[in-house]
Amino acid sequence: MTMSDTDKTLLRGAKVLGGEPRDVLIEGERIAAVGSGLDAAGATVIDVTGQILLPGLVDLHTHLREPGREDSETVLTGTKAAAAGGFTAVHAMANTFPVADTAGVVEQVWRLGKESGYCDVQPVGAVTVGLEGKKLAELGAMHDSAAGVRVFSDDGKCVDDAVIMRRALEYVKAFGGVIAQHAQEPRLTEGAQMNEGVVSAELGLGGWPAVAEESIIARDVLLAAHVGSRVHICHLSTAGSVELIRWAKSKGWNVTAEVTPHHLLLTDELVRSYNPVYKVNPPLRTEADVMALREALADGTIDCVATDHAPHPHEDKDCEWGAAAMGMVGLETALSVVQHTMVDTGLLDWAGVADRMSVRPSAIGRLAGHGRPVAPGEPANLTLLDSAYRGVVNPAGFASRSRNTPYEGRELPGRVTYTFLRGRATVVDGKLA
Amino acid sequence: MDAHTSDAARSVLEAPDIARVLTRIAHEIVERAKGADDVVLLGIPTRGVFLARRLAARLEEITDKPGRIPVGSLDITMYRDDLRLRPARALARTEIPDDGIDGRLVVLVDDVLFSGRTIRAALDALGDIGRPRAVQLAVLVDRGHRELPIRADYVGKNLPTSLRETVKVQLTEEDGRDSVLLGLRGTTPADGK
Amino acid sequence: MKRHLISAADLSRDDAVLILDTAEELARLADRPIKKLPTLRGRTVVNLFFEDSTRTRISFEAAAKRLSADVINFSAKGSSVSKGESLKDTALTLEAMGADAVVIRHHASGAPHRLATSGWINGAVVNAGDGTHEHPTQALLDAFTMRRHLSGEGPGVGQDLAGRRITIVGDVLHSRVARSNVHLLATLGAEVTLVAPPTLVPFGVESWPCEISYDLDAVIGKTDAVMMLRVQRERMNAAFFPTEREYARRYGLDGDRMARMPEHAIVMHPGPMNRGMEITAEVADSDRCTAVEQVANGVSIRMAVLYLLLGGNESAVAADRTEESK
Repeated sequence: MTMSDTDKTLLRGAKVLGGEPRDVLIEGERIAAVGSGLDAAGATVIDVTGQILLPGLVDLHTHLREPGREDSETVLTGTKAAAAGGFTAVHAMANTFPVADTAGVVEQVWRLGKESGYCDVQPVGAVTVGLEGKKLAELGAMHDSAAGVRVFSDDGKCVDDAVIMRRALEYVKAFGGVIAQHAQEPRLTEGAQMNEGVVSAELGLGGWPAVAEESIIARDVLLAAHVGSRVHICHLSTAGSVELIRWAKSKGWNVTAEVTPHHLLLTDELVRSYNPVYKVNPPLRTEADVMALREALADGTIDCVATDHAPHPHEDKDCEWGAAAMGMVGLETALSVVQHTMVDTGLLDWAGVADRMSVRPSAIGRLAGHGRPVAPGEPANLTLLDSAYRGVVNPAGFASRSRNTPYEGRELPGRVTYTFLRGRATVVDGKLA
Repeated sequence: MDAHTSDAARSVLEAPDIARVLTRIAHEIVERAKGADDVVLLGIPTRGVFLARRLAARLEEITDKPGRIPVGSLDITMYRDDLRLRPARALARTEIPDDGIDGRLVVLVDDVLFSGRTIRAALDALGDIGRPRAVQLAVLVDRGHRELPIRADYVGKNLPTSLRETVKVQLTEEDGRDSVLLGLRGTTPADGK
Repeated sequence: MKRHLISAADLSRDDAVLILDTAEELARLADRPIKKLPTLRGRTVVNLFFEDSTRTRISFEAAAKRLSADVINFSAKGSSVSKGESLKDTALTLEAMGADAVVIRHHASGAPHRLATSGWINGAVVNAGDGTHEHPTQALLDAFTMRRHLSGEGPGVGQDLAGRRITIVGDVLHSRVARSNVHLLATLGAEVTLVAPPTLVPFGVESWPCEISYDLDAVIGKTDAVMMLRVQRERMNAAFFPTEREYARRYGLDGDRMARMPEHAIVMHPGPMNRGMEITAEVADSDRCTAVEQVANGVSIRMAVLYLLLGGNESAVAADRTEESK
């Protein structure tokens, strides 16, 4: 098909949230109608029979690297990668250079996102000045800025000082913010290179024990309950963390959590190759952890999938393990990994995927216009997926500026065919528009 | 010598023949060394070592010097000129008699003389161990096809062969029987002997 | 075809025995007037040392030179490495120089594995100690020393260490020597017991083919060899143990403890020793202590490894077993 200049697009035969085939008419920025045998008059018709239609995906945890590390990613390349992966909104993490700890920096990132046009960019503000954990950043100013920051995180570093964490949790209540904690007890992880366990013992790599994550989560859910605020835990990686979140939720506390695609699939056994593409923080854990995380995502204990898309230039991975940077790109493979680990295994249906990858992350970030139902009148932020597709991951085709994917050469299911951002196609037939 | 020998291999020397030629060689050594007083026998592993021991026993009988003919072994692996053509090989034992080889008449003993490259390596190895008065060579079979200017001083049997043929020496100590077999080369290339 | 020695775990029993037997033969070279063999003439061995270790470096250097290889010593200090050159660029430089083997000592666990599998170089990679991972030639020379002392008659050619009881004492957590020894000794059939304060035993050690004990006195009476690991004093500041004196009392080897060892048992130490810490001077200087002998055996073992890796057109041991599995 070809796109015409018309602002009407009819998606023919889409399985909305994996359900029965429907026609979806997009008019302007919004969904005009959802039904069967819709009139195609004046519309560009796209036959998407058999494809899965989801609300545009929302990532709570993306590193766009701009400003400062444009050699690994820019807002433009990162949002292209996001669109290619089916995302219509991403939360840009604060660990840039300079750190996004002032209204000026978050507004810059927000403006760059607007200019890119591929995906909404919602900046995340730093909790503390320079991510140093010592002094609260001007959270209110960032919230009041054009960027309208509601999620604050020192991601990459843990807000380990209990008093600073308490104050931050309390302070953001004034404007409905949330603290997204990178749970890593720093003293327990000095020199840490990988999950502490059987493999680290053999490889002689410094261990990152599960307890370093779990002890911070335990403390922070208690703190959030105590001050009556909400806390979001980034990239859960252990079975123990799942238990703590489950317990906190059972108490009715306002706690949410995310898991990355890679923690749903990969284990520390891969580190035996010493290939730094598997070096990530938090580290890849064990098979038992992977299974617990999948189960928790399925039952809703874990609220959402967040990519922790962390681009790094080639030289930061083309080296010995100890010298390598931590992190993996993930935007362009996230939905495939989730299909592989959650849908194809029967743990989650497509409505569940829509919930965990769009509805709930939007709710946590209080992001307007995303994570909405596929219904008339709603913003046309939509993703179409060919779930029958099987392909081998080839990073050479990535839109991201970086190639540090752990899935190179691995066969994964599913391919994003179309992404619509407020009615405008950012991805057409699997290619960036 | 390690080449695959086809079933059609034909025996050219049997145990009594081998015994007889070793006795003859022992006599020739005594003759040429004028009593074998300073002879040191060094066998080249594997079968050269057994031949050297048998020769030593005969020399002791002939000269009536029981236990007084020094005999040892000289592994030439590290001196081979074809190391890079094959995987690294396990080393065999080098055992130099206590009194050494300086000023002695060293008789190198090997089973088959072929290209001469083994003996070239043995001469190099010997040079790193000491300075003999003279070096001689005794072989059970000389099958010709020399690639270096080397000849044997004592030969059990001259065996004209074609390059398609293989010569296999069997000795009781290693193979359970004494014989020399002439066969046709199989698919495996022969080593450089 | 690649050929490397990265981990003692890559060696089969037959590989290990072949290396020990080859070393046994090469050790006899020391008694000859010319302590040199022509075998690796024209081959280039690079000693690439990112950590100071004069002892290991000169051992490899002596081994390579006795086999007539050309030796290039490349030390990170004062070189381009200290100016920020990456391991990759260093490797590419060595490759351009035509290194047939790179002997690498690196502070990062896995650096030799990376060097061997990254495609940066074609030559053989020999791990001379990487971080807290492995030090396979040390384990081989230790096994060689044990076999010589514990095999009864003769040096034990062709034999393994089946049934021998070996106790390794000290900072197992940070010890590449311990890791390599556990792998190799298990492969050779020995029964290994690690003795350390619980703080210095790695989390996850239960998968290792050995026993763990926190009580040196409980095992010392039934051991054939005790290997004392060096304990770095700075570990004390990281709360691995309270004081040097307490460590020495509980885990050090003194004359009294040595006297409770079986008569034939030996005391080993990879060096350098902390006299007064893990070993008293009385033990270190006793004729049961093989520390000096281990150094001499190190040259023979490294000759054997270099010969078996480089002496033919393909490796005789551990070929390609460290290739990435992907």
